[in-house]
Amino acid sequence: MSNKCATKGADPEPMLGTEPFEDTVQRLREAFKSGRTRPAAFREEQLEALGRFLREKQELLYEALAQDLQKSPLNSDISEIILCQNEVDLALKNLKTWMKDKPASNNLLTKLDSAFTRKEPLGLVLIIAPWNYPVNLTLVPLIGAIAAGNCVILKPPEISKRIEKVLTEVLPQYLDQSCFAVVPGGPEESQKMLQHKFDHIFFTGSARVGKIVMAAAAKHLTPVTLELGGKNPCYVDDNCDPQTVANRLAWFRYFNTGQTCVAPDYVLCSQEMQERLVPALQNAITRFYGDDPRSSPDLGRIISQRHFKRLHELLSCGRVVIGGQSDEDDLYIAPTVLVDVQETEQVMQEEVFGPILPLMTVRSLDEAIDFINRQEKALALYVFSNDSKVVNQVLDQTSSGNFGGNDGFLYMTLPSLPFGGVGKSGMGRYHGKFSFDTFSNHRACLLAPSGLEKLNEVRYPPYSYQAQKFLRWAMRSHSCTLL
Amino acid sequence: MSRISEVVKQARTAFQSGRTRPLQFRIRQLEALRRMIKERGQDISSALAADLRKNEWASYNEEMVYVLEELEHMIQKLPEWAADEPVVKTPQTQQDEPYIHSEPLGVVLIIGTWNYPFNLVVQPMVGAIAAGNAVVLKPSELSENMANLLATIIPQYLDKDLYPVINGGVSETTELLKERFDHILYTGSTAVGKIVMTAAAKHLTPVTLELGGKSPCYVDKDCDLDVACRRIAWGKFMNSGQTCVAPDYLLCDPSIQNQIVEKLKKSLKEFYGEDAKKSHDYGRIINARHFQRVMSLIKGQKVAHGGTGEEASRYIAPTILTDVDPQSPVMQEEIFGPVLPIMCVHSLEEAIQFINQRKKPLALYVFSSNDKVIKKMIAETSSGGVTANDVIVHITLHSLPFGGVGHSGMGAYHGKKSFETFSHRRSCLLRSLQNDEAHKARYPPSPAKMPRY
Repeated sequence: MSNKCATKGADPEPMLGTEPFEDTVQRLREAFKSGRTRPAAFREEQLEALGRFLREKQELLYEALAQDLQKSPLNSDISEIILCQNEVDLALKNLKTWMKDKPASNNLLTKLDSAFTRKEPLGLVLIIAPWNYPVNLTLVPLIGAIAAGNCVILKPPEISKRIEKVLTEVLPQYLDQSCFAVVPGGPEESQKMLQHKFDHIFFTGSARVGKIVMAAAAKHLTPVTLELGGKNPCYVDDNCDPQTVANRLAWFRYFNTGQTCVAPDYVLCSQEMQERLVPALQNAITRFYGDDPRSSPDLGRIISQRHFKRLHELLSCGRVVIGGQSDEDDLYIAPTVLVDVQETEQVMQEEVFGPILPLMTVRSLDEAIDFINRQEKALALYVFSNDSKVVNQVLDQTSSGNFGGNDGFLYMTLPSLPFGGVGKSGMGRYHGKFSFDTFSNHRACLLAPSGLEKLNEVRYPPYSYQAQKFLRWAMRSHSCTLL
Repeated sequence: MSRISEVVKQARTAFQSGRTRPLQFRIRQLEALRRMIKERGQDISSALAADLRKNEWASYNEEMVYVLEELEHMIQKLPEWAADEPVVKTPQTQQDEPYIHSEPLGVVLIIGTWNYPFNLVVQPMVGAIAAGNAVVLKPSELSENMANLLATIIPQYLDKDLYPVINGGVSETTELLKERFDHILYTGSTAVGKIVMTAAAKHLTPVTLELGGKSPCYVDKDCDLDVACRRIAWGKFMNSGQTCVAPDYLLCDPSIQNQIVEKLKKSLKEFYGEDAKKSHDYGRIINARHFQRVMSLIKGQKVAHGGTGEEASRYIAPTILTDVDPQSPVMQEEIFGPVLPIMCVHSLEEAIQFINQRKKPLALYVFSSNDKVIKKMIAETSSGGVTANDVIVHITLHSLPFGGVGHSGMGAYHGKKSFETFSHRRSCLLRSLQNDEAHKARYPPSPAKMPRY
């Protein structure tokens, strides 16, 4: 990767050759040290360039997403491109406010001082992105890291090959390449990258790799944000309209062919509800994808052979009541619903991450909650009920990264809600201002005046008899800081 | 199952019982903690005196008072902080309820350290309790008296299952770190910080690491040197220099070095008399190993004041070194002792460059009457925190987060930040099941027909 800085209307030729990774790191660190990324104007310029990338290369992105994941333009718009555009716009609109010092509330003794938290860039950030929403999950963190004034190395997903190419060859043309680099590679290259020191590592992917990332980060005391996954439970109460629930459930489950970290992973409901839900799900699936889902442009394909094989095996769990068809050559799996599923079966042991929805019956809300609490904390949890008491009970008695009442992962579209996991589903959060905060050092600052030294007298030794007396009084009455 | 595993399991079972969820329960525990400090203040002081030769004054004003303040603040604010926080809606979610719901994480591990052995274990615990967690405490074994005291008094005031105290050395700590926690807060050295984070990675446990480093202190030519030196002497030699945010070394122009030395000496005499060893207000080094470590840093240096020590009592005189070479051992590691090296720099730029060549420190200090100097120093460096024209005090405000950056740490606590650190802030979006027609537009089949690839 050459050392040229991209300017507006840059040379459209793809970057060729590879710079040794150590050199990229060194180069970006030097750029950071030079102070280039600090001024708001620089950051705004980069963000505007990102906005231009999204607009000017929209067709290229549609094409790449269609090739890699069979995403429809609508899918690409609502789950990737528009979300990124909104984040760019939000950052541009609020950057100066986010960058401002945040005053701390002063107490009695510091009324004369100035106390505030200063947001500073961390330095060099590494972002490792996954393949399922490859534009979104690369650019949204990037937007935050840039807004916060950092230099960034991006490792785009290698499994979504066409997108990897676009991000590696086209994206850098829009950004200042002295400060931002896109470095492609597979697991081996990632491992090597992780040996270097960064000032923050942002990783989206599996828990297994999350542990590797955190262990590597520990060697350098690098803070991490890990956006992982899990089995997102979905409780469907008897008190609800099955068709409405089925519409929402099906939409969020089969969107992006089920390859969504926050999709409902399995359903818990009563036997009676299950009997109403299954035909309702069939209605929804037919309504969305037609009688032959395979020919629907709104249904994508599985990302790879490996994942297809993994999902194909899950089709033999429980009993197929809807779908179940598959075609290896096409990497196609039909929108599927399974019933009579046992907890020990594979489909209930790993995150599904595909268009297969297992239904498990429970005899009560309490049983559902117990079941959920026996599992690891998931990235998301959903409850469908007309009764707000039920919704609140589940909310209060469980934990998860995020929570949806009567709908799926719509909360992802609100930048005012922090997005992240808890426990095995991850640590840290982002979106909107939370991204900016994640990639910043929050430096506590206190400006004390030189004068008024008299006020400080009491804190200096020697601690006289008077002082001891005062001390005993202070201990017995309300506490008081003297420093 | 080992004893440690059992204790942790008990804490988890106690957490899962749900009794920490109601705010009233948490507030009662915090009030009990407050009572503990007020009723057992003498015992706490005695332990601090035995471990570090702290006197009652220091015990109260440098340790206990901050915990009391934190408790007051937390008790008062908890209902507000624990409440659901509504957030801004988008056009599509006008009819819905988006908000952030704060929840406990589960079982929190707090590993303390020996220099402020009461404060650095109990102050984080306040936030962890307030957030509704079970808390396992591991005080430092180096401050043995405090470790034993905490193991005795905490169960006397707080819920025995939810807040166990585990004592022991390296092997017990290693065993403890194999257990699974929902958050670990560690205060101590960079080296052990890495070990803690590595252990945490196995369970994907988030960590707050309060580490250290060499906190620089720049003294500008344009400042009131009497006041500056007094404040520096106070912060540096408090607890015999064993403070993570003490000014580690000074940077100043050579033309004021001698004045600084004289004024520091004057303040030291005011504080501790002619012979600090005889002062009731001057502390001791925690143990023989650290005593030897700090004494060795003085070897070969130009001593402008002090420089002596007595091994039997672990006393090291307040020491000032001048014209220090940046390559020497005293400039390679955090001193954590009553030795103040002065390094000469010829300009603010040189000072900034010097600071930036080194690891990001936990604290940074700048003394100047010129606002521009202060602004520039802050703008062109990085650190966990800053106090301008004083030392240490930025960490005493509960409205400022206390934490490091880079090698000096990650995460922060104190006040509301504590509550947030030990909570899971869960994003929620609630909508109604009615009116599905309003959402029709999002459902396939989509209007755009694109050929299949």
